[in-house]
Amino acid sequence: MRPAWSIIFFTTISGLGLGLAGWIVIGLLPLMTPASVMGVGIATLALIGVGLISSTFHLGHPERAWRALSQWRSSWLSREGVLAVIVMAGLAGWFAVAYRGGYVPFWANLVLLGLIYVTVYATSMIYASLKTVARWHHPLTPVCYLMFAAAGGLLAVLAVLAILRLPITAALAQAAIVLMLSAWGVKLAWWRVAGMAPQAGSIESATGLGALGAVRPLMPPHTEENYLQHEMGFVVARKHADKLRMIALLLGGAIPVLILVLAPASAGALAVAVLAHVAGMFVERWLFFAEAKHVVTLYYGETA
Amino acid sequence: MTMLPEPSAIKLGLVIDLDICVGCQACVVNCKEWNTAGYGAPLADSDAYGEAPSGAWLNRVHAYEAGDGGDSRTVHFPKSCLHCEEAPCVTVCPTGASFKRAEDGIVLVNEDWCIGCGLCAWSCPYGARELDPAEGVMKKCTLCVDRIYNDNLPEEDRVPACVRTCPTNARHFGDLGDPNSEVSLMVAARDGIDLMPEQGTKPVNKYLPPRPRRAADEAPVSLVAMAEADTPKGFWKWVDSTLDRLG
Ligand code: SF4
Ligand code: SF4
Ligand code: SF4
Repeated sequence: MRPAWSIIFFTTISGLGLGLAGWIVIGLLPLMTPASVMGVGIATLALIGVGLISSTFHLGHPERAWRALSQWRSSWLSREGVLAVIVMAGLAGWFAVAYRGGYVPFWANLVLLGLIYVTVYATSMIYASLKTVARWHHPLTPVCYLMFAAAGGLLAVLAVLAILRLPITAALAQAAIVLMLSAWGVKLAWWRVAGMAPQAGSIESATGLGALGAVRPLMPPHTEENYLQHEMGFVVARKHADKLRMIALLLGGAIPVLILVLAPASAGALAVAVLAHVAGMFVERWLFFAEAKHVVTLYYGETA
Repeated sequence: MTMLPEPSAIKLGLVIDLDICVGCQACVVNCKEWNTAGYGAPLADSDAYGEAPSGAWLNRVHAYEAGDGGDSRTVHFPKSCLHCEEAPCVTVCPTGASFKRAEDGIVLVNEDWCIGCGLCAWSCPYGARELDPAEGVMKKCTLCVDRIYNDNLPEEDRVPACVRTCPTNARHFGDLGDPNSEVSLMVAARDGIDLMPEQGTKPVNKYLPPRPRRAADEAPVSLVAMAEADTPKGFWKWVDSTLDRLG
């Protein structure tokens, strides 16, 4: 599948913002001054919002994007949009109350937390629900998205704590390490299991000609690349997949964990850790698209 | 509305005969011609006379080779939207632009609502949807909805453009929901098949597989033997019998 930059940017940045927001609403980031509430609030909402806006850049008609909020009963893309809008509104309210030194009831925090993770889940289901892409259509796909949101969010929490000169307990740093390692553990499992999944079907079932014997494409239906091949026949990544996976793992996992172990209180080091993690996630998401094969490629002679 | 309607009693669709399609591409061209002037925005091309011409087409004809040795054959393979009963392209659509008509099962795109996100094309296993390069909206086979119900056309033209134009009659249009319709009888007689049944899309369109070759296990008929009459007549009969007698 062709990786669209706007979608990679959206899932990475919004995912990080949502993960960060999840930890904030359950009080992991004690925001004492109105200024810090304002700063963190704007930063969090900006991460989620900028990601969402960028996701409309690849549309043929971005001006009609609001229509995508209408079909939540059947479409995961629509659900994701609706949930993101509700979460953004909820978070804006949450930060407004905190800014005025008010008190958000416990249940409201829990509801917001739930909505945040359901939003991340909805994002992942846009891809995981597609039967046509075997490598995405796997129960581990949403787990990866959820784990990365949580791990990246906690890393960001630590960076914000350090920047605000608030204390970072050893337990929190350890939790961030464990979460980051488990997230990449799930991703490694996904690469082995889902990421290797063969296509459902074959050129024989696609053409229905299996009864005659093995089927080979003889002539393509067009002389130049068409929309289908452009969107779904993307092959560049597969050549470098192993190297790119290593780069993703190094930047997105190893460097942040190393920093968490060596300098868990340094604002500068933690900022680098967040940046490295985001860069690693870009590569991870790029591979998520680039390595995925669409079943329509069977008609064009793709084999597995 | 992208919830699928209750399965309709009438299921309009195509039956495509792989035994007789000769791959002439006439249906491809006539589909493009009709649909660039019919329903919705024109079916655009990009860089049509340049280095990398591309464009949106609703119907494409592949060609495959199936089987090995003496019994292998070339099969021309037309492919357009199958108007699936469990159409994933409809349910994934976030805007309600993609829909399946409750009255006859035709799957259409409302181009005024489509945001061109492309998700429906990703969800279709058959590659039946292509984004229009000029309009930024999704294009797909309309089953020529603007012909089949069009009272302004003479009766014989109220069939899809691809069906009307096919010189070998490899494409047939009709109601596959009615077990006694001509197309349903054809499917029953020829053991019509679904493409990629494992995808669970329940296509309405059916394909008629190539007929088995007569006596596939016998050696091919010798053309030389066919050309030479086995019992000579007239003058040659006399020559033949005379030479026989000479021993
Ligand atoms: S063939 Fe593709 S576009 Fe047509 S109804 Fe089925 S899934 Fe949808
Ligand atoms: S491209 Fe248009 S028709 Fe297809 S899913 Fe997106 S909005 Fe719906
Ligand atoms: S039914 Fe009409 S739109 Fe569909 S493939 Fe045939 S000519 Fe094209």
